[in-house]
Amino acid sequence: MCETCGCGHPHDSSPAHDAAHAHGHEHSHDHAHDHAPPVRTLNVNQPALALNQRFADQNRGWFRAKALTVFNLLSSPGSGKTTLLERTLCDLPGSAAIVGDLQTENDARRLRASGAQAIQITTGATCHLDAHMVAHVLDKLDTSGLRFLFIENVGNLVCPASYDLGETRRVVLLSVTEGEDKPLKYPVIFRTADLVLVAKCDLAEAVGFDRAQALANIRQAAPKAQMLEISSKTGAGLQNWYAWLRD
Amino acid sequence: MHELSLMTNLLDAAVNAADGAPICALRVRVGPLSGVVVEALRFAFEALTPGTPAANARLDIEETLPAFHCPHCNMDFSPPALHYECPACGAVDGELRGGDELELIAIEVPDHV
Repeated sequence: MCETCGCGHPHDSSPAHDAAHAHGHEHSHDHAHDHAPPVRTLNVNQPALALNQRFADQNRGWFRAKALTVFNLLSSPGSGKTTLLERTLCDLPGSAAIVGDLQTENDARRLRASGAQAIQITTGATCHLDAHMVAHVLDKLDTSGLRFLFIENVGNLVCPASYDLGETRRVVLLSVTEGEDKPLKYPVIFRTADLVLVAKCDLAEAVGFDRAQALANIRQAAPKAQMLEISSKTGAGLQNWYAWLRD
Repeated sequence: MHELSLMTNLLDAAVNAADGAPICALRVRVGPLSGVVVEALRFAFEALTPGTPAANARLDIEETLPAFHCPHCNMDFSPPALHYECPACGAVDGELRGGDELELIAIEVPDHV
């Protein structure tokens, strides 16, 4: 019995041994089977995100050295991350933002109108920010007087969940226009949230938002997260948001 | 499709570990909370391996279960999707101990290399 694959051949005829010596004649070998050559296993045990984790830990060290509290903002596109930051950067002295998009400087330009620093990262085709991209722009930040740094991630409820940027806390937005079941459809990202913000609450009535259902879904997908309801347009709930940021 | 960049990382790790040898197989562990779609990972593998030492390699994927630990009951449990509460006390602050992994466990290379 062949010990490699149990195919019943009492032999040591792995193709491997042919390599070691000259062998002047052809063997006929016309039957089909999945006879595998002997292999050896090398243990690797390396996470796919090992390199990202190294950069994230490095970023975290840098943030700590600069006494910065850093928030990673995640949501689907159009949930209101930039509008929330426009207000937050105005209302919270000592704030700055790094903003990720596939293309355009539009968001950074919008945010700079607040007078705060805003650095754009354009990711090209990449659907998330990673810790290396963030590390690259940190030297553009003037950290004097800076207390809070917001990293607005690429709008996407899937990929950014996997990438630690070195942030202090993670905020996931769910706008009332997206539907109550988003937390159940994208449980991985919601589970990693420290805070879930229900955004655009001024539109809740117009879009028939089932608030009780949405809050129950958030609670189920993100049982450890805090939850706040806000409207960047009317300002409702923003004092609670600012209190959470300062906490 | 961050599976493409994640698979690139796994292949880089495999090629490093193989140290010039052709790679017969990669054994990858994927947790349900990793945010990765196994089919997308397989697609990325097929797209990325031609012309590399892993061109003829097999991709073995080992899927794990979520593993939580309840700090109150000191109990380990594996909850079904979206039910993170401890089955004994109902606490929801269980500590995640597994199920979010995506890692290259091992590779196989020809024995004679």
